[in-house]
Amino acid sequence: MTTAAPAKTETLLAVRDLVVEFGGRGRPTFRAVDGVSFDVRPGQTVGLVGESGCGKSVTSLAIMGLLPKRGNKVAGSATYDGTDLLTLDDREMRDHRGRDIAMIFQDPLSSLNPVVSIGVQVAEVLQRHRGMKKSTAIAESRDLLDQVGIPDPARRLKEYPHQLSGGMRQRALIAMALACKPRLLIADEPTTALDVTIQAQILNLLKELVVDSGTALIMITHDLGVVAGLCDEVNVLYGGRIVETASRHEVFARPRHPYTTGLLGSIPRLDGSRSEQLAAIPGSVADNIPWTSGCAFAPRCSRALEVCRSEAPPLEQDPTAMEEHTLRCHNPNPAEGGEPA
Amino acid sequence: MTTEPEVLLDVEGVEVHFPIKRGVFFDKTVGYVYAVDGMTLQIHRGETYGLVGESGCGKSTFGRALLRLEEPTAGSVTFGGVDVSTLKGEALRTTRRHMQMVFQDPLSSLDPRQTVESLLLEGMQAHGLAKDKKAAGARLRELLAAVGLPAAALRKYPHEFSGGQRQRIGIARALSVDPQLIVADEPVSALDVSVQAQVINLLEDVQEKFGLTYLVIAHDLAVVRHISDRVGVMYLGSLVEEADSDDLYATPLHPYTRALMSAVPIPDPLVEDRREQIILAGDLPSPANPPSGCRFHTRCPWRQEERCDTERPQLRVVEIDGVPASHRVACHFAEQIQSGEIQRHEVDPVAIDPSAATDVEAADAEVVPTQTFTVP
Amino acid sequence: MNPMQRKKDRIDALAATAGAAADIPDAGRVSDSGGLSLIGSAWLRLRRDPVFLIGATVTLLFILLAIFAPLLAPHNGHTAYLIKEVSADNPVPGGEKGFPLGADGQTGRDLLSRLILGSRQTLIVGVLATLAGLCGGLVLGTVAGSLGGWADTVVMRVVDVMLSLPSLVLALAVATLFGKPSQWTLIIAIAIVQVPIFARLLRGSMLTQRSSDHVLAARALGVKRSAITFRHMLPNSLGPVLVQATLVLATAIIEAAALSFLGLGNPDDSSPEWGQMLGQAQQYFDIAPRLAFWPAGCIVVVAFGFTLMGESLREALDPRNRR
Repeated sequence: MTTAAPAKTETLLAVRDLVVEFGGRGRPTFRAVDGVSFDVRPGQTVGLVGESGCGKSVTSLAIMGLLPKRGNKVAGSATYDGTDLLTLDDREMRDHRGRDIAMIFQDPLSSLNPVVSIGVQVAEVLQRHRGMKKSTAIAESRDLLDQVGIPDPARRLKEYPHQLSGGMRQRALIAMALACKPRLLIADEPTTALDVTIQAQILNLLKELVVDSGTALIMITHDLGVVAGLCDEVNVLYGGRIVETASRHEVFARPRHPYTTGLLGSIPRLDGSRSEQLAAIPGSVADNIPWTSGCAFAPRCSRALEVCRSEAPPLEQDPTAMEEHTLRCHNPNPAEGGEPA
Repeated sequence: MTTEPEVLLDVEGVEVHFPIKRGVFFDKTVGYVYAVDGMTLQIHRGETYGLVGESGCGKSTFGRALLRLEEPTAGSVTFGGVDVSTLKGEALRTTRRHMQMVFQDPLSSLDPRQTVESLLLEGMQAHGLAKDKKAAGARLRELLAAVGLPAAALRKYPHEFSGGQRQRIGIARALSVDPQLIVADEPVSALDVSVQAQVINLLEDVQEKFGLTYLVIAHDLAVVRHISDRVGVMYLGSLVEEADSDDLYATPLHPYTRALMSAVPIPDPLVEDRREQIILAGDLPSPANPPSGCRFHTRCPWRQEERCDTERPQLRVVEIDGVPASHRVACHFAEQIQSGEIQRHEVDPVAIDPSAATDVEAADAEVVPTQTFTVP
Repeated sequence: MNPMQRKKDRIDALAATAGAAADIPDAGRVSDSGGLSLIGSAWLRLRRDPVFLIGATVTLLFILLAIFAPLLAPHNGHTAYLIKEVSADNPVPGGEKGFPLGADGQTGRDLLSRLILGSRQTLIVGVLATLAGLCGGLVLGTVAGSLGGWADTVVMRVVDVMLSLPSLVLALAVATLFGKPSQWTLIIAIAIVQVPIFARLLRGSMLTQRSSDHVLAARALGVKRSAITFRHMLPNSLGPVLVQATLVLATAIIEAAALSFLGLGNPDDSSPEWGQMLGQAQQYFDIAPRLAFWPAGCIVVVAFGFTLMGESLREALDPRNRR
């Protein structure tokens, strides 16, 4: 347990130039993640935001060492507490997984073993990583289920995954993830499969966790609304690269990358005006061009220049920003108050 | 503007109860899933009616029951003066032309073995609209142009398109038989965020162009509010509130609507940080075993003893200043809650066993954008 | 000049070219090419799949062998060429010039020729039995899957009964029914055993299709019921059935061999069949195991070829592998 709030400068996880290539089976190699770097500090919530195929989930799976080994190439580094996770072998990685770093997934049902009761599944984690005896592990499991807000935990311990609702399953998974008091929790679209009222419950639970235990959280989501309420720092991904990074207030107040503004413009807001049409981004990710020949987003971008199709923009600090705010764009949206570019 | 708008679709007390059967040789009915349990609403010609609710509330089943893709077990559906719920055989088949559907998952709703051309022609042929080959060909191109696709799409297969393009094909297919009403069941929830906006805009465009009436069914309140003129909120098989889109947002009256609205994340940290959320306790009760009285009383933070548990509230007009007669709510205490006379209280979550409700969950399941690969 | 200023200048310079980039339509690009059907894309994948290539080569060789058997066989299958060499010391003459595999037993016929000629009977039995089973299964499966309700219950119970009968007993029964065992009783017996497999498989995938969104869409469109069954449900259900058919071909050949081995095949051994040859080889098993080895080996190789082809076909037709 962290007793005092750690210094701001301390980094828990440093991901540098992560590259993941899928290939094999006679198919051309595909770069799912293409040079992603970010830091996670204790107690911080970092959001990886993007649409399907942007590489956000692959990034997390690569960090956790959960990508199938065959045919895939992972390069770069992910330094956790001084160790590069990407260089660990399976056994060492398994030791880290669950104990130091835990992960929850989109579909709680397929992440649980259908033929083992919830109690035994949670207890297994405790037995494995904290060396508890079975009886103490079961007792501790009940406390954990109680902690994540599962009503009547003693009864639920004996039940099987199919007897729980979607929200309860996700809670059970969170309980398993928390069993070893990990310092880093990776949540991959944890609420996408859930209804909004249940989503609100789960997000609340995650928020409390971060505040109470100082666990760092990597939140992977496509929902900018979820990001707005939860994340300290936001990384917007497109085509396997980070295109914009800033604090949550900065990114929503001064979005500079056309893709970020495009995303914000394409979701109807509950509190927005109804009369105007949504500002949709034309095309789909299928229209992307490879980063090697320019900016992947260029074909869909309303601000694209000639150069966007010939030269990939680097990730650079926004010169107009008052704080840390990096973006990867040749022709960003005009900064608020600045002269239009 | 005092003329009453024409009612295109009049739904009266529609119920869809699925029997729960057990047994190998002789099915024995051991209970019912009350998927849709008394839906009454009217949709006016030219408007967009949004039906919002969470998975398992029966909204999809209701949409299908309107089109007789699911058999209603009670109630009537009158479309343009004709009672659709009693039609049979050929009469039903020919009536289908006027009521079309757009599905949630654009890939699974397009036959993978048919080209776009034959997918679009099929409905026209079924209703004798494709007798003249030349005219049919011209119409196909016109349909594709209306949904923003080039004529080259005609000879391709569904799997050769992106998700958004497939949904456009689904919309073109619905348009192919020149319908009056389109029931869109979660038309954008399986699509990527940036593509959702395209499809929402397209739905609005073709509505104007072809003078369509929409029933949009969705779980996303923001989407429904954006696209709809009127919104109905559904909970466990029936409406709990119905109002003009802006009225509903301005003054949500039903406790469930309030909770639903407060739970929708808003992409603005300033709003997110200061707004008050009503976190509901527990899960949706099983539609196979719905609570007595008000269906929402098990999770309602404003529940009052006795009346809420025993008497099922009906949709009614409330007498609150600034709330028009078009705004109806099924809550005994809407006025008192609005005036602050009744305050929120703690609710103990009731444990729900979802296994009893699997039938209706399958029919109502949410499809979410899935990952492109899985970890073994 | 600091990097920020440089960046800013560059942006200004670039901004002059704004609007030069081509726009794409709202819906995204649709290439002019394409029009590749599911079968087409499956074939593209199969063409590069070594497993399929091996399986298909074996199968093709076997089929060619069966078709051109009379031309390929060095001798005929019924003349007792080597009868003179049969003696008490040497009941089964071994290989010699012109007869590389030697005799097929005390009858002194050429083993190699009989093996080659046997491919034809084996293929006929396998293919006909599978086809008959497939047809029966298709009819029953379509009825059950498309009509549902009582028709479904009745058909499936009949199928369950068929499934519970062992092929051996069936073959005996059919043979008794026709008076004596023959090639045809063999085919009918094997076909009947295959019917429930196909029927269940087809019904299962028809039921999945029936509740699928695209069938629902066709119903909503007002497409006639028969058109829905034969245009949408059946074609989309056939994939697993066809895969099963290739796999069943292998089983049918083995089954035929087993039944012939037990004497329930064609009693007339002038037109050889591998299973029947295997059956006759048992009396010489101690002295000339090669008599069993060759037909058994042929059966294994051919069954293996069909199985490889079926498995790779299954993988290629799996929509999850679609690109």
